[in-house]
Amino acid sequence: MTGAAAAAGPVVVCRALRKRYGSVVAVDGLDLEVRAGECFGLLGPNGAGKTTAVEILEGLLEPDEGRVEVLGLTWGSHDGELRQRIGVQLQETQLNEKLTVEEIVRLYRSFYRRGPSVSRVLQMVQLESKRGSWVSRLSGGQKQRLAVACALVNEPDLLFLDEPTTGLDPQSRRQLWELLAGFRARGGTILLTTHYMDEAETLCDRVAIVDRGRVIALGTPRELVASLGAGHVVECTLAGPSGLGATGLAALPGVTAASASGRTIRLRVTEPHRVVPALLAELDRQGIDLAGLTVHQATLEDVFVARTGRHLRDE
Amino acid sequence: MSRREYPTHPLLELTLARLLEFAREPEAVFWVVVFPLALALALGIAFRSTGAEAVFAGIVEGPGASGVRAALAPASGIHVRLLRPDQVDRALRDGEVQVVVLPGPPPTYRFDPTRPESAFARLAVDGALQRAAGRKDAFVPREQRVQVVGARYIDWLIPGLLGMNIMGTGMWSIGFSIVWARTRRVLKRLAATPMARRDYLLAQMLARLVFLVVEAGGLLSFASLAFSVPIRGSAAALVVVLLVGALAFSGLGVLVASRARTIEAASGWMNFSMLPMWVLSGVFFSSAHFPAATQPFIHALPLTALNDALRAVMLDGAGIAAVGGELALLSAWAVVTFVVALKVFRWT
Repeated sequence: MTGAAAAAGPVVVCRALRKRYGSVVAVDGLDLEVRAGECFGLLGPNGAGKTTAVEILEGLLEPDEGRVEVLGLTWGSHDGELRQRIGVQLQETQLNEKLTVEEIVRLYRSFYRRGPSVSRVLQMVQLESKRGSWVSRLSGGQKQRLAVACALVNEPDLLFLDEPTTGLDPQSRRQLWELLAGFRARGGTILLTTHYMDEAETLCDRVAIVDRGRVIALGTPRELVASLGAGHVVECTLAGPSGLGATGLAALPGVTAASASGRTIRLRVTEPHRVVPALLAELDRQGIDLAGLTVHQATLEDVFVARTGRHLRDE
Repeated sequence: MSRREYPTHPLLELTLARLLEFAREPEAVFWVVVFPLALALALGIAFRSTGAEAVFAGIVEGPGASGVRAALAPASGIHVRLLRPDQVDRALRDGEVQVVVLPGPPPTYRFDPTRPESAFARLAVDGALQRAAGRKDAFVPREQRVQVVGARYIDWLIPGLLGMNIMGTGMWSIGFSIVWARTRRVLKRLAATPMARRDYLLAQMLARLVFLVVEAGGLLSFASLAFSVPIRGSAAALVVVLLVGALAFSGLGVLVASRARTIEAASGWMNFSMLPMWVLSGVFFSSAHFPAATQPFIHALPLTALNDALRAVMLDGAGIAAVGGELALLSAWAVVTFVVALKVFRWT
């Protein structure tokens, strides 16, 4: 049943979605289409409007403008049916601390007509050994798996996850990713938000990069990275102020694009082994000292930087 | 630990979850069970009937003071203290003495006529001094002292305390639980499930009825054992009054918490809605003392109805029919607050 019922058309469609809070525009003309069986990621910095967009799709917020269709149904006319078929994990929900893992799962399971048994759910999220523990005694990763368990109690067709691994240690993140892979193997569709590029690259079939309430790039992680026209990024930080700008280095052989912010210059390159010696020679010729030099494979982060001039996480 | 793999009705699961959560909160148990008993004990001791009230009189030091003291000595129940002139006002204000005698002739009585015990002390001291000065009583009356169970102040007080507790713990426990769930976004998470929203509010009220058994049962057995407070009406009538009263206040609790975003805001609204009832609804003194124009308002308050019904059943042995008016009013409060709360409730 899971997934198959919705295989015909897109699972989520939204068009020209807009939501304003006073003078702040949180979502500004967002268009999305999520296909059955895929894992779709909304990647963007904090405050990009991801949570607002997802909560509209979950039927928890009303948009000011725009059209939303989930599983072929609309909010306002099919709420009961929709809620039976979706699973939701909200950002930073705290479950009742003085209830046990089992009690929480049983409570959430009681709201749905169909779904696996309590033990089966606990097994899926690997919390069987914590069955009788109070929520307050769980680790961050266990709490998050419990939150996902509450979203899986109805074996949903569509799972919404809002920043599912924020604040988790690497091992807990990996455990959660495996859990989601299991859900997809059973045919489920996932729509998740994240500000971790590695999470988007690992989990998502397609990614929409969101900034200031709109989609600025859309595609598979591979397509998006390829759109940079270069497989690697060379970043050099100059030791002192100099007249050298991005344009001066753009002409080096093998450089497809160059940009500068402060004393840092980023070059998108196709062949780093040719660019780096040429770059060093050029700096040497001009008598400029380097404070640092890194070379890495291009990532979604570089796509975001290329489109906005800012980093995903501006701390 | 039970191992029910497939849960039953959501209303039952929500109620159970609420009960477990409450029972695992030691502070909540203290406020619902221990605190009312401690309050009843303290008030019961303070107001227990000890026969005639003792009178505390002060005498200002000076020439004549020992004469006054000797004149008051034979009177039973008058305790005398010598005061320096600069201590007089303070001793009166703090209630250490109720009347102060400035030796005469004639003696001057200094007292606060708005304090009943002060006015009474003035009469007692005056009588004793007049008699010592030679006044003869026209006759010696016979006395019948009333110490009947059911007519004492403590008998009247316990039903009022019970009503006040049902109001207070009902509103606080429900209000805090809802606002806590809202600030932690538990309500939003629940709103994302197909849970019927009325089930959540109903579960709060149902769970409340379970605590009521502990709370009312504890206070009533205590009052009965420690002070022999009577329960003259039928147990069935008492249970009905308690249930309907608790529903009315849990409805009010749900309503007051229906939109508050913080615990502070909810506390403010709780106090705002309960304060008039603490003062007006006849917990510690009869609401008949308030002006006639305010009586319709006072009688529309749920705590007035609950206290009146509890006193009628416990002290007068009234049946359900006799408190039908109060029960109807309390039911109306329960239904209206619940329906309005469901409409205006803030889930996010």
